[in-house]
This record gives sequence, structure tokens and C-alpha cells, in this order.
Amino acid sequence: MGRTVTAIIALGVLGLFVLSQVTFVVTETNQAIILQLGEYRYTARDPGLYFKLPFIQDAVYFDRRLLSSDAAPQEYLTLDKKRVQVDHVTRWRIVDPLTFFVSVQNESGARARLDDVVFSELRRTLATYNFDVMIAGERENIMEAVTIASRERAMDFGIEVVDVRFKRADLPEEVEESVFERMKAERAREANRYRAEGEEQGAEIMASADRERIVIVAEAEEEAAQIRGEGDAEAIAIYADALNQDPEFFAFRRRLEAYVKVLQEGDMIVVSPESEFFKYLIDPSPQLDVGNVPPVLSPAIDEADE
Amino acid sequence: MSVYDRGGPQGGPPDDEDNEDFGEMLRQTRDRARRLQRFIILGAIVAVVLWVGSGIYIVDPAEQGVVLQFGRHVNTSEPGVNYHLPWPIQNVVIVDIQNVRRAEIGFRSIEGQETRRILEEALMLTADENIVEVGLLVQYRVKDASAFVFNVNNPEAVLHTTTEVALRSAVGKMPIDGVITERRAEVQENTRSYLQELMDEYNAGIQITDVRLQVADAPDQVRDAFHEVVRAREDRERKVNEAQAYREDVVPRARGEAKRILEQAQAYREERVRSARGESERFLSILEEYRRAPEVTRERMYIEAVEIAMARVEKVLIAQSDGSVLPFLPLRSLQGSTGTSSGVSQ
Repeated sequence: MGRTVTAIIALGVLGLFVLSQVTFVVTETNQAIILQLGEYRYTARDPGLYFKLPFIQDAVYFDRRLLSSDAAPQEYLTLDKKRVQVDHVTRWRIVDPLTFFVSVQNESGARARLDDVVFSELRRTLATYNFDVMIAGERENIMEAVTIASRERAMDFGIEVVDVRFKRADLPEEVEESVFERMKAERAREANRYRAEGEEQGAEIMASADRERIVIVAEAEEEAAQIRGEGDAEAIAIYADALNQDPEFFAFRRRLEAYVKVLQEGDMIVVSPESEFFKYLIDPSPQLDVGNVPPVLSPAIDEADE
Repeated sequence: MSVYDRGGPQGGPPDDEDNEDFGEMLRQTRDRARRLQRFIILGAIVAVVLWVGSGIYIVDPAEQGVVLQFGRHVNTSEPGVNYHLPWPIQNVVIVDIQNVRRAEIGFRSIEGQETRRILEEALMLTADENIVEVGLLVQYRVKDASAFVFNVNNPEAVLHTTTEVALRSAVGKMPIDGVITERRAEVQENTRSYLQELMDEYNAGIQITDVRLQVADAPDQVRDAFHEVVRAREDRERKVNEAQAYREDVVPRARGEAKRILEQAQAYREERVRSARGESERFLSILEEYRRAPEVTRERMYIEAVEIAMARVEKVLIAQSDGSVLPFLPLRSLQGSTGTSSGVSQ
């Protein structure tokens, strides 16, 4: 009984060994071509278990997933003769394993060939664009154009180029320093502009405030002059109304007031004793002439009482 | 097993015949072979049990298991205890689909250390051909475990380079002022949507959950110049504020001044009118009295006034009416007076 069991086990092990020689597995992530003594037989694309002849048939596997090729950055010349450093990344897939195997053998071979293709397409395409649009507006279009051109050429290697993207598109290092200088100059200009604008706006506000102040005061003075004028006019009218009732009496009375005011202590006056005031001093009974006062004082008085 | 061990050559029952060595040897060999046989059978059973049992696996709550049968995706298992047919028939790839993963551009944060800047990643060109330093954090998770496992070779690396592609494309379309100030959100959004678009194009099974700018600033070489601009802008604000403060000081004062001028004018008018009225009233009442006896009143008023005036002044009387004042001139200087004519005219 033991002997039989041992035989079964031995057979099992042998069976497993034979099975491993006549089968192979293609997974979701790879694909294979089957070579019979170096001669191509068929391609196994779908995942699953496959059978082959032992020893004389061999499966060569290739990746089925999206692959990347990230080449070293290179310098290119744009249409406006500016140098630009572009670091691109290419995404690709092996779509025809046989062509792939025949033309480039393996992935590292493929990368080298693919990089050559993309480099040359990039050089050709970038030379037709100006630097500024390459950085900004046309970036996607350039990448698209390079992708399409590279895809065409990479078909020869059994490769489908999914896309070519600019990871980086920069100025060469030697140019960087001058960019920084330009940035500094631009910022200095901007800073100056802000300061000048500050002065401008400040001066504007202060000047308008000054103007406002002067206008406010001037308007007030205008109105004040009117008010004073009104006062003066009203006063004159009031005086005129009253004084017009007897202008002669006003003239008389007002002059008398003026004499009192004008003649001060220490003044010297030369008078004739024949004057109205002193008339009794010489003649005790002169002819009184009331209502018509003769000049008492020197003519200078007339000026003063005006 | 121990039972057979005890029946081994050391503990075995001895034979009665000493010269039957050959038979003894034969038996011993047969015993040994039998034991080996049993050992192999047992080993095989254990191996088969272990082999079959190796299909048991546990999927954590945040994970999914992708089950492959001879390399073909046949099933996706949910969290819990699961079983797959043993290798090489089936195998499983367990993918964390809920935890958020992160990718960093322009810097690397190392656990427990300060973040380290990576300038060749961080420095990039803007639309106006300036250079800006950007640090970006991308958060993503696996939205389709089988796509994540099957479609892209090294999806994390692809995500990283694709993020650079998307970020530089977004920054390259914007002037530097936008990138470092008010349009940061736009950079984030553009990067996120472009990145998601590319990852979907690659069918990478990745969902971008968040794209956040950690750094967006002028490079070290020019940072001072940028700060100077900020200071200049603040200076401008300050100037304007100062001027407004001046205005707020000057204008109300002017209004006060205007009020004062107007009040003074009103007061003047009032004063003029009132005094005119008063004077007029006075004049009219005097006139009324005067009219009752004009001659006498007039005479009285005249004499009174001249009396007051004459009482104060130095008087020189000249007898003859055509007399000259000249002979008296020396008197003035002797008295030290200021002079008649000037005194009168003033």
C-alpha cells in the first residue's frame, strides 16, 4: 500500500514537472510570443494558461502595461533662436510583440530607439514655434504634434506611443541668472511705480483738501460780505429815514457832537471874539441870528466832521 | 510516529539465533524503508494540506483583493476572510483603495524632519518668462484596483511625472503675479483637472482627491525684490491714508472757520441795524423835543457843545477881525503844544 502511495507521489511530482514544461501563463500585465527553435509560431495576448511543446518551444514575455521613458533633458532651439531645455516623458505600450522583438529586442533597446525618434521630432517641431508660445499657449499643441509624429514612426518598432509630454521646459542654466536680473529690474520698476502712485494719490487728496478748505472759507466770506452789506444798507436806510425828517437839524446836531469829540485837551484854537460864541463878550446886545450858525472855527473843522 | 520510533533497532526485540545476522539486517532495512515511506506520505499529506490552505487570505476593510487565475483577472474580493485556489492556479493582489496616498512636487517631507526642497522640480517658468518656485502636494487614492494593478507599469512614478507635466503646464499659462498671489486656486484646479484627465487617459485607476500648492513664491535669488514691491504697495497705502487724515483734519476746521466768519458777519449786521435803530430813535425823540422850541433848544445845544469843547482847548483870542495869527506864533513853542492846526485836523 505504501509503495503505491509513494509511486503516486513520485508520479505527481513528475507530472508537475512535465506540466511546467508544456504550459505557460500569460497574466493581465504581460503578453508573450512563442518561438519554436527560434522561429516565431504565435502570439499570446490574452491572459490565461497556454500549452507548448516542451524544450523546443519557448515563450518570450513582454509587458502589456503602459510604459514610461523619461530621457535626460536636452537643449533645443526655438524659431526665435532661443535655447530651451526640455525634459520630456514618453508613455508607450508594446502593441506588436513580434515586431518589437525583431526590431528592438527588449525594453531598454526600445527606449533608446524611441528616445531618438522623440528627440528628433521635438527638435523639428520646436524649431517652428517661438519661445513664449511654447511655454504657454501652444504647449499642448506642440506635445500633440510630437506625439502624432512619433506615434507614426514608432509603429515600426511595434510600439504605440500614447503621448509625449513636457515634464519641464526651462531656460538653460546660463540664462537663468539673466532672467533673475530681469525679474529684479521689473520688480524695482513696479515698486517705484507704487511709491510714485502713492505720492500722486497723496498729493491729489491733499490738494483737493486744500482747495476744499479755501473754497469753504471763501464762500463763507462771500456770504459774510453780503450779510455785512445788508447790515450796512439797512442801517443807512434807517438813518436816512430818521434823519430825513429834519436834515438841517441833523447837520447842526451832528456837527456839535463832532466838535466835542474833535477838540481835545491841549489843542490850541485861535478864535475871534466877534464869533457867535463870544459875541456877548464884546457886545452885550448883538443881533441874534438863530438858525444860521456862522463858522466858529477854522475851515479845517469841515474836513474832520465829514 | 513515536510508536514506530519505539519499534526501532535500539528498542527492538532480540533474535534467538546469533548467526541469523543477514535476516536481522534485512528486517532492519525493511523497517527503515517503511519508516521513510511513512514519513514521505505524511510529508506529502502535510504539504498538500498546507498548499490547499495557502489559499486563505484576509482583506482589510480599506482594501480589495484582485484574484487572478492563471494570470487572468477572475474576481475582486471584498474585505474579510477569503479563499482562492492555491498557487499556481490562482493568486491574489491586495490593493489599498481607501487610504489617501500622497505625491510631492518640489519638496519631500521626511518623517520627523524638515521638508527638503528639490529646486530642479520646484523652479519653473511662468507665462511672462519669470521663474517661480512651486511646491505641490497631490493626494490620491486607487479608485479601480484592477486598473491600478494591471494597466500601468509603476503607477506611482507615472503619477509623479504626470503631476509635473500638469503643474508646469498650468503655471506656464499664468503670469508670476497670478501664481504667487490671487490665482493660486486656479493653478490648483487646472493642475488637478489636467492630471485627472491624463491619468484617466492612461486608465491608471487613480482618483485625484486633492491638489494643493504648498509653496508658490519667488525664487530665493529675487525674493527681496518681490518683498520690496509689497513694501512699496504698503507705502502707497500709507501715503493715501496720511493724505486722507490730512483732509479729515483740514476740511472740518475750514467748515468751522466758515461758520465763524458767517457768525461774525451776522453779528455785524445785527449790530449795525440795532445801533442805527437806536441812534435813529434817539435822533427822533430829540427832534420831537427840539420842534417844540427850536430856537432856544438850538441855542442851548450850541452853547453847551461849544462850552465843552472850548473848556478843553487852549484859546487865543484876536481882537480885530482881520488880525493875523503870526505875531502869536512864538507862544505855541513856549507852551510846548503840538500845534493848533494839527490838533484841530486830527
